[in-house]
Order: sequence, then C-alpha cells, then structure tokens
Amino acid sequence: MIPSAFEYHRPGDLASAIGILTEYGDEARVIAGGHSLIPMMKLRMAQIGHLVDLQNLDELKGIRVTGSAITIGALVTQAELIAHDGLATAAPILREAALQIADPQVRYMGTVGGNVANGDPGNDMPGLMQCLNARFTLVGPDGSRDVAARDFYHSAYMTERSDDEILTQITFAPPAGGFAYEKQKRKIGDYATAAAAVQLTKSGGTVAGASIAMTNLSDTPVWSEAAGAALVGSTCGAEAVMQSVAAMLGDIDPQQDNRGPIDFKRHVAGVILARAIARAWSRA
Amino acid sequence: MGKKMQISLTVNGEVHDILAEPRELLIHTLRERLGITGPHIGCETSHCGACTVDMNGKSVKACTLFVAQADGAEITTIEGLGAPDALHALQRSFREHHGLQCGYCTPGMITRAHRLLQEIPNPTEEEVRFGMAGNLCRCTGYQNIVKSILAAAAELNAKEAAE
Repeated sequence: MIPSAFEYHRPGDLASAIGILTEYGDEARVIAGGHSLIPMMKLRMAQIGHLVDLQNLDELKGIRVTGSAITIGALVTQAELIAHDGLATAAPILREAALQIADPQVRYMGTVGGNVANGDPGNDMPGLMQCLNARFTLVGPDGSRDVAARDFYHSAYMTERSDDEILTQITFAPPAGGFAYEKQKRKIGDYATAAAAVQLTKSGGTVAGASIAMTNLSDTPVWSEAAGAALVGSTCGAEAVMQSVAAMLGDIDPQQDNRGPIDFKRHVAGVILARAIARAWSRA
Repeated sequence: MGKKMQISLTVNGEVHDILAEPRELLIHTLRERLGITGPHIGCETSHCGACTVDMNGKSVKACTLFVAQADGAEITTIEGLGAPDALHALQRSFREHHGLQCGYCTPGMITRAHRLLQEIPNPTEEEVRFGMAGNLCRCTGYQNIVKSILAAAAELNAKEAAE
C-alpha cells in the first residue's frame, strides 16, 4: 500500500505553513497525526502534491483551562487530552469521549484538531464540540476568524474551512452540570454505529438546560435543539426522554452501510441517547 | 518517482542517515532498508498493531507513518528491548506464561506492553486489556498475553523495590 508521491514540508511556524498552502493551493494538504489522511493516501483515495506536516508548530499545542474558557490547541493528541487532569476536572466529557476513540496507538498520534477539521461524520469530536457549543479558530492568509462548531460542518468532508486556512484551536466555556458520552461500536477502534454527547444542568429537581448532539447518524454531526428542549423543565422521566429521543430521530438521517440498515441505526440511536441522558442526569 | 529527502532516524540507539522518498512508510524503512525485521506487517491498515514501535516515547503503528514524519525521531523496536542472550522481563514472561503461539503479533505486543508499563507500572488486568487494545492476536485468546504482562510488571516492580 504505497501512496502516490508527494513533496514533504515541515514548516517551523504557522505563517510559513499558511504560506505553503497559499503557494500550492488545492495541491497542498496539512497533516497532523495523519491517522485519517494516511489511510486515505495509502488507498490512493487522496492524492496530495504537497504534504504540510504541522508537528513543529508549537503555537498549535497545549491546553489552557481558566474559569471562563477552555482552549485546546489543534495539535493536542487524544492521549494528551486524556492525560490532562485540569481538563478532566473542568470538562470531564472530553476524557470520557476520547477514551472511546480508536485504540492506544492511534490516540498517541491522532489530534483533536484533525478530528474536528477532517469532517468525517464518523469522528467523535465534532458532535461533542457541537454539544459544548465550541468555537474553532481558523487562520489563513487574510487573518483569523472564529466559526461555531454548530456552523462548521456542511456535509461529509465539506466544512467551513477553506483550503488555505488552518484550524488552530478550539475554545469553549467550561460546561456545567451532568455529562455523558455514550458510544455504540462494533469493536475497539471502530467508528460509532451511534454516539451521543449530552450535557444537562439541574435546578430544583428539574432540567434547567440541555445540550445534545449525536455522531455518525447523518453526513454531519447533529446537534438537536429540539432534543434538548424536550427535557428542559421536566424531571427527566421516561416521558421526557421519549420526547427527546423522538425529536432527535426527527433530525438524524442515517444511511445503510456495513454498520447496519437504517431501521437498526435509528433503533440504536434511540437506545444510546436514552442511556446518555440517564447517565448525564445521574451526574447533574 | 518523487523527490528523495535526507532523513535521520535513531533506531535502538543507532543513528541512520538515509535518502528516501517521503512517502515511504516507516515500517518499510525499518524492515527493508535497515533490516530491522522485528516489527511485522500484519494488516497494513492500522488495525492489528503487529508493526508497533516506540517513537519518542509513544507506541505507534509504523504502517501509518511516513518516514518523513519520523525524521529526527528516536525509535525503539523489539530488537532494542532485549537480545537472545539477555531477554527483557516481558520477553521472559511471554515465554514463561505461554503468551504466544505463532509469534507473529508478539514483537508488537511486547513493544506496546513496554510503553504501557512505563506509563502504568502496576496495572490492573483491566488496564492491561484496555492498554493493549490496539494489538490483535489470532492465536492465544489474549488470556496468556495479559497474564504475561501482569507477571512482567510484578517482576519489574519487585526488582525496582529491591534496588
């Protein structure tokens, strides 16, 4: 499995990396951990003239946690994210989700930035970032802009990022209340058949706020405002959960593939979401 | 043919300066260019872990890494962990506890287990199983692999306590 030939670049800073992207246009692609891109290149489903390796871009590394904002550099690996105790305290849903991604070797290499920027509907972080209402920072030749995770995904592999932009960091407010990341997969290392990210806040025994997103059930992650709204004001009992699941099933659009037919996926989506809501509520 | 580039790798403490196309996969560099055949090619699709090597303190699948990305890296393979006349504790333990049958997955298993024990010196059985989830074995049913790693951890910890 030999990919087609490419020229390799390892820029030392962000400005040089953007310079290379500007020079070579759509012939150039950035690589971080490479665990989505390299398999595609080996299968020759991706042919790239100029590969721009981001590994020396220190400005894209590191996790910062303050009382008002959490910032994760695009090059932070899943393993680094899991190991970060400050992050696990401030936003425990991230560690719970990252531990369910791929396997140890892949988590040492795979980055959070690559996971959200790639636009693969199977990636776990995009739905999670929609649940957390995160913003992605994109830097290109004309400067920097922030895009909401909920506006970033257009369709499979098509995102708001243009070819000459690099996703540099992810920022969100520390989430409050209970959380759960629930994922159904066929085996370790597989993408989700269905996965749900849920954050719930509780006030006086009822749900005060709810944010719910699901993964791999459409060509983009699905953050369902209606699924969250169905829980607000309720005691999170069976009836409210059923209404939330019904709302989510109205927003997803799964396709038949080797993970099963559409009816099966819709069934699994409901089961996984109900479990995630129950676990998040038990922690709220 | 793509343009070749100068690449420097430190493998098992030895520096290798090579001229290679950047698209060459690290596993091919190790096996075919440097003759380091401990890491195996199993699935070649980042699933099986037979090609696992240690790179800059991380377990990585050498089939899913371009040699260009590894330029400047420090790499350890099974050959760097022990020698036939001086086996690593993990190698002795796999032999003792029948942690292998055909042996094809074993170099990747042991190289991965080595890193796991660096990070979690005294793991539970569950931590071993979770930490070894990137390595597949079609023979043993894993039971004896887990047993081998737990026994090696106990031996290494006892040795450290004695020192």
